[in-house]
Amino acid sequence: MDKPFAITLDPGSSRANKTGSWRTERPVYVDLMPPCNHACPAGEDVQQWLYRAEDGGYESAWQQVMAANPLPAVMGRVCYRPCETACNRGQLDAAVGINSVERFLGDQAITAGWTVPVTAPDSGRHVLIVGAGPSGLSAAYHLRLLGHRVTIRDQAPRPGGMMRYGIPAYRLPRDVLDAEIDRILAMGVTFEQATVTDVRTAMAEGGFDAAFLAVGAQHGRRAYIPAGDSARILDAVTLLHATADGEPPQLGRRVAVYGGGNTAMDAARTARRLGAADAVVVYRRTRDRMPAHDVEVEEAADEGVRMMWLSTVAAADQGKLRIEKMRLDETGFPQPTGEFTELAADTLVLALGQESELSLLDGVPGITISDGVVQVGPDLMTGHPGIFAGGDMVPAERTVTVGIGHGQRAARGIDAWLTEDHEQGNEADRASAVGTAAAEPRLADFSRLNTWYYSDAPATVRPQLDAARRISTFHEVTSGLSETTALFEARRCLSCGNCFECDNCYGVCPDNAVIKLGSGQRYQIDLDYCKGCGICAAECPCGAIDMIPERI
Amino acid sequence: MPTQPIKFYQVGSFAVGNRLLPDDQRSVQSEAARTNALNCGHRACQGCGEALGARYALDAAMRATGGQLIAVNATGCLEVFSTPYPETSWQIPWIHSLFGNAPAVATGIAAALRAKGRTDVRVVGQGGDGGTVDIGFACLSGMFERNDDVLFICYDNEAYMNTGVQRSAATPPAARTTTTPAVGPQPGNAFGQGKNAPLIAMAHEIGYVATATVAGLRDLERKVSRAMEFRGARYLHILVPCPLGWGSAPADTIKIARLAEQTGLFPVFEAAAGEVVSVSKIRRKAPVEDYLRLQTRYAHLFKDADGAATIARLQRMADRNIARFGLLDAGSPGAAQPATTSGEEGA
Repeated sequence: MDKPFAITLDPGSSRANKTGSWRTERPVYVDLMPPCNHACPAGEDVQQWLYRAEDGGYESAWQQVMAANPLPAVMGRVCYRPCETACNRGQLDAAVGINSVERFLGDQAITAGWTVPVTAPDSGRHVLIVGAGPSGLSAAYHLRLLGHRVTIRDQAPRPGGMMRYGIPAYRLPRDVLDAEIDRILAMGVTFEQATVTDVRTAMAEGGFDAAFLAVGAQHGRRAYIPAGDSARILDAVTLLHATADGEPPQLGRRVAVYGGGNTAMDAARTARRLGAADAVVVYRRTRDRMPAHDVEVEEAADEGVRMMWLSTVAAADQGKLRIEKMRLDETGFPQPTGEFTELAADTLVLALGQESELSLLDGVPGITISDGVVQVGPDLMTGHPGIFAGGDMVPAERTVTVGIGHGQRAARGIDAWLTEDHEQGNEADRASAVGTAAAEPRLADFSRLNTWYYSDAPATVRPQLDAARRISTFHEVTSGLSETTALFEARRCLSCGNCFECDNCYGVCPDNAVIKLGSGQRYQIDLDYCKGCGICAAECPCGAIDMIPERI
Repeated sequence: MPTQPIKFYQVGSFAVGNRLLPDDQRSVQSEAARTNALNCGHRACQGCGEALGARYALDAAMRATGGQLIAVNATGCLEVFSTPYPETSWQIPWIHSLFGNAPAVATGIAAALRAKGRTDVRVVGQGGDGGTVDIGFACLSGMFERNDDVLFICYDNEAYMNTGVQRSAATPPAARTTTTPAVGPQPGNAFGQGKNAPLIAMAHEIGYVATATVAGLRDLERKVSRAMEFRGARYLHILVPCPLGWGSAPADTIKIARLAEQTGLFPVFEAAAGEVVSVSKIRRKAPVEDYLRLQTRYAHLFKDADGAATIARLQRMADRNIARFGLLDAGSPGAAQPATTSGEEGA
């Protein structure tokens, strides 16, 4: 006994007292589905690449974008940003400018010459892709990464599809498009200008193991409009294609565009650029029912495009259109009113939707075509084994983003199909390969967030940013972000539903029952001492902790 | 305040840590190797604000003094739940004597260290509001007026919680305790009683007086570090919500502390030589109802018209604090920037 005066016992640590036994609920770290990722038709892990961009790791962030989308600089310009519509920060101040960060990363990659290496061994399989639009290029890229040989055939002299022959250059400069397409071709993709008239013959002659069809929807839909001999009518697809070829048609000073989709906006804005003093969009319903995206409508209006709502073109003659006023019935369908007005127009451009040319599938057994599009399964395989289809020729929203997503999904489906045992018919495996069978994590909605912890986006910075996004130049309407503003935007991400290691749980635990595992390793609850108070879950900024009842 | 280009971080300095910040700008609590002055296994209730506040303050003091620290504890929850013989949760030199004499014991230890020439070792005295504002008050006032070299920290949970929630001189008006029950014409604690210990400390014109809450970790750590730059008497008053005594959900401890500050009921400021030198501005102003409604000690206020009148009276108290300490930035809609600390957003 060598102890100080009046001391009979060594002091013991309170660690002997396992307060975890008090607990009725335990904190559990969760990883939820952020709304941006959930909304992305191209399947990007948006939150993850923003996370990598936050500390300036732009190449790493770009590689993460490329895991899903091989055309970031294109998408950073033409995507309609469903991610930003879904972004939880929109409920706090304004949505994170995801699209502008993606564009910044895409442009950085082009400047720096970043590439994605093909590391998979050659599978010995060869896939035919028909159509070099976003779906076809995306599928080619993903199939190359999986080790398959790829040949793309397109009837146009250059790859790009609607990105080259539909989307006007003021939205998508062609040098950017070329740079991104060239990067895909340089991965070993063969491009051939050829018209595929019969897909089975082409597959047999070329020795292809599978085919992905992505021929798009190239034909402008016509409507019967009584027209005088000298009335000038053309369709929007033709107008945009001819303009892209550098041979724009003569439109005159007054141009009417009939239709309410994005193509109608592109046509009207192109008409303005081709010298039309007056470009009018004639649409039979109202603005809120218009299929065109808001950003397109706003930019068109900014450029002086006029809108005529609740109107149809009843007849066309030289220099003028006969317009009938419409009204919406109870079901929201437009009905004629019998009231007519006249609209002065030198040219009528029809933008009434597009149809797919599907004759290459004539006589192929198992194919189902309804409403002018090819029916496919979740893995994008048609009813004919080994023939897949995607993009505008299958039932889906017709955007570049959806097309890119289809390309990736089809590539996974084709890869699974090429490697599976066809005798067994194991479709379930293919469904899981394309990710449709997997149970998606819960959505991280705004109510889970503790927004106190996020920095206010200072009011002094945001207007400058908005201006930077929207400066008009003659060539490209919207300019990109500088590095400073791109970094700022990336850091506005709330990381909804996924731990970003802010140390809050580690700091706020009154019982030191959260163990910090080190950078990138996140945290662990010390259940020997956790009393289950729930402060960690309440104070987690991004809602990445659930409180789960203990079984007692 | 000079304006400079803002380097924007996802969570700025509001969260405990931030992977984007340089190491020297991170909080003590974010460090894997923090002292954990108050260790696991202590017997504080679920969601105890005092356990949290004590670790925040003492870990910061340990960093500020390079680990050369002695803590003196008054009787109270903090003492009882941390040291049931023969166990201790303290991982620093720690001593407890009596309920009322913690400031005097701290003074004695400081004097002994001076006599031994150990000026590198610093002394912190600490206690709850009972041990500080009531029972230990004479010793505390003496420590102040002699300007003894002690930082005294009061963890204010606004009543005697350890003995069963009896009213103290720090209990706010209208709050129900077991000695101020919610009965009669003026239920709960009476208006016009009690004392404001930080203002009394300021009246001693000592070198440093500050208030803080467990909801403002960065602010709290900065104030402890600042206090350790001084010699002489210093006082830090930390609001620590008590789920047991306040009748609040354990998970709401930090939320309630934050609301105390954002409503204006608990002004967060620092003072030197009797003058207020800086205040933490309200960032998201909230009505007092938001704060009161989370606590059953105020439940009687939400039952009738008299209660509504009392709430209005408490709102006037909050508004008076806002005006008196200048808690709102003129022209800002209740959304001021965080108090600029050591360059977190100014770097």
